[in-house]
Amino acid sequence: MSAANTAHSVVEPTPAGRRFAGAIVILYAVITMIPLLWIGLTSLKSPQDSISYPPKLVFTPTVEGYCNLFTTRTRQTPEFIQSLGPPQGMCEEEARSRNMVIAGPSNYIPRFVNSLIIAFGSTVLAVGLGTLAAYGFSRFRVPLKDDLLFFILSTRMMPPIAVAIPIYLMYRELGLSDTRLGMILLYTSVNVSLAVWLLKGFIDEIPREYEEAALIDGYTRFQAFVKVVLPQAATGIAATAIFCLIFAWNEYAFAVLLTSGTAQTAPPFIPIIIGEGGQDWPAVAAGTTIFLVPILVFTILLRRHLLRGITFGAVRK
Amino acid sequence: MNDLSTPSQLALRAAAATPIGVARRVRGLSDRAIAWLFITPTILLLLAINIFPLVWTVYLSFTNYRANRPNAPVNWVGLDWYRRILTDPDVWAAMQVTAHFVIWTIVIETLLGFALAMLIDKKFRGHGMWTTIILLPMMLSPAVVGNFWTFLYQPQIGLFNYVVTFFTGGDPSSFQMLGDVTLSPWAIIIVDVWMWTPYVMLICLAGLRSIPDYIYEAAEVDRASAWRRFWSITVPMALPFIMLAVLFRGIENFKMFDMVNLLTGGGPGSTTEVASITLKRAAFESWRTGYSSAFAVILFVSVFGLANIYVKALNRVKQR
Repeated sequence: MSAANTAHSVVEPTPAGRRFAGAIVILYAVITMIPLLWIGLTSLKSPQDSISYPPKLVFTPTVEGYCNLFTTRTRQTPEFIQSLGPPQGMCEEEARSRNMVIAGPSNYIPRFVNSLIIAFGSTVLAVGLGTLAAYGFSRFRVPLKDDLLFFILSTRMMPPIAVAIPIYLMYRELGLSDTRLGMILLYTSVNVSLAVWLLKGFIDEIPREYEEAALIDGYTRFQAFVKVVLPQAATGIAATAIFCLIFAWNEYAFAVLLTSGTAQTAPPFIPIIIGEGGQDWPAVAAGTTIFLVPILVFTILLRRHLLRGITFGAVRK
Repeated sequence: MNDLSTPSQLALRAAAATPIGVARRVRGLSDRAIAWLFITPTILLLLAINIFPLVWTVYLSFTNYRANRPNAPVNWVGLDWYRRILTDPDVWAAMQVTAHFVIWTIVIETLLGFALAMLIDKKFRGHGMWTTIILLPMMLSPAVVGNFWTFLYQPQIGLFNYVVTFFTGGDPSSFQMLGDVTLSPWAIIIVDVWMWTPYVMLICLAGLRSIPDYIYEAAEVDRASAWRRFWSITVPMALPFIMLAVLFRGIENFKMFDMVNLLTGGGPGSTTEVASITLKRAAFESWRTGYSSAFAVILFVSVFGLANIYVKALNRVKQR
């Protein structure tokens, strides 16, 4: 960089300016991280520590929150607990110290499993359909192409509650209410618009010459798509899949209105985790932590494609 | 397009001209068949799960149907619901709450996001890592995070009240962010700003990085002041990006449901009752399906109309 030598160049900031900018940005980053760190800390507190005043930064960590998240417990007399065999595992031991016995697993586990099945199911479908449609839009002259693409995007503009009213009625007629299949189809339809727009951008960037060479070599169009385009688009497909996964994982409005039990995902469930005498904040924090950590990891993996994903491919670099 | 010089154009023309049956025998499916085969499933899915329900909503909005009484006779009520909604002071109150929320979040997020982008664009050491950290909140579930903010906002034990009173003095239980009529609209704005400022920042950063260095160098040769450079180069050239960020945030916050539902549920009273919450109450608590369908149609038409007008303005700015 030759510009770095001229100290007052406008393009290269001064070292002091740079340090100042860094300090402010780091301060902002630290402030935004506090709520997230607080979730993690609260998940390791006992219920008493979690609601103490002033808020405790130093405390004895406990797994109570995680135990309460995954189990249901009943209160028993000390005599009854004495009569039981030795406790099995940390949670059992921890519960007995509070005169409790573990009665069984909590509902968090099936809700979490529902989240996994619905998120992965809808992602596979949305990316599968989206890749095909994106290739079609990218490579062929389709009548009303721009109108179709805009139509696909416009389905994202509807408020989810507005969509939920007729979906609720339709699913009731079709027997899809509170089923995983119903939620998978619904999330697929929401995600497919994102998938088509993002993947069209990625496929547009693959030079047509590759396929043309394959066609000349005697591949059919379909073979060229599978053997030439798909491998080239692999990164884009992976990034798109993660965006779809994150959306379906985070979704709340449809989940809270259209599911109540068998197909309920974690987001509507976490807020209603109740402990003895009010909200069990360490358990809520534990459920939140477990729910958020995969997304934090994915976000870091995805950082190069974030801009593209959040703007439907409108801004690329 | 009469350009037949490239092989792809030739192939396309040839494929389009070949009858499908022949093409299949000769070299698999024709391009046209492939195109339709690939696009149709997506269109069908959207027709089934987005458009058909939308048409149904429009139909229901003209009837007195109630989802909790599926067997009751359905009567045609014409435009009654529309007339009633547009003259209902509660609906206008909800629209005002929504407008307050949308405008303030956009103003704060744009100013803060743009300022952060300017600072990150200085490329200090480690800016990549800190940018990634700043971006984390926007990818999280607004519902799950919003729920946790209710804990941070607790008057006596919450971290938010503690930190505020730590700097201002006073009693942390002296104010309730979620229970106070004047504070609760700001409580939801604060969480939204916390989550979505990084979004605006990221788009603005792309805008700043799209400005070629030579323009600044030319301005320097002309001895333009830093203030002048900022207003005559940086802002106008980043404006399409800022406008895009505002568009996306505007649409998203107009539809806002999950975070507000968990933070305040529209309360206290109806001070944070944004349009989506009103709609949910009418549709899924009072079961006024016809009424809420009409409201849904009005909301959709408003988003769609406003977005279209805005996109036209955006394109005009881009062309300048």
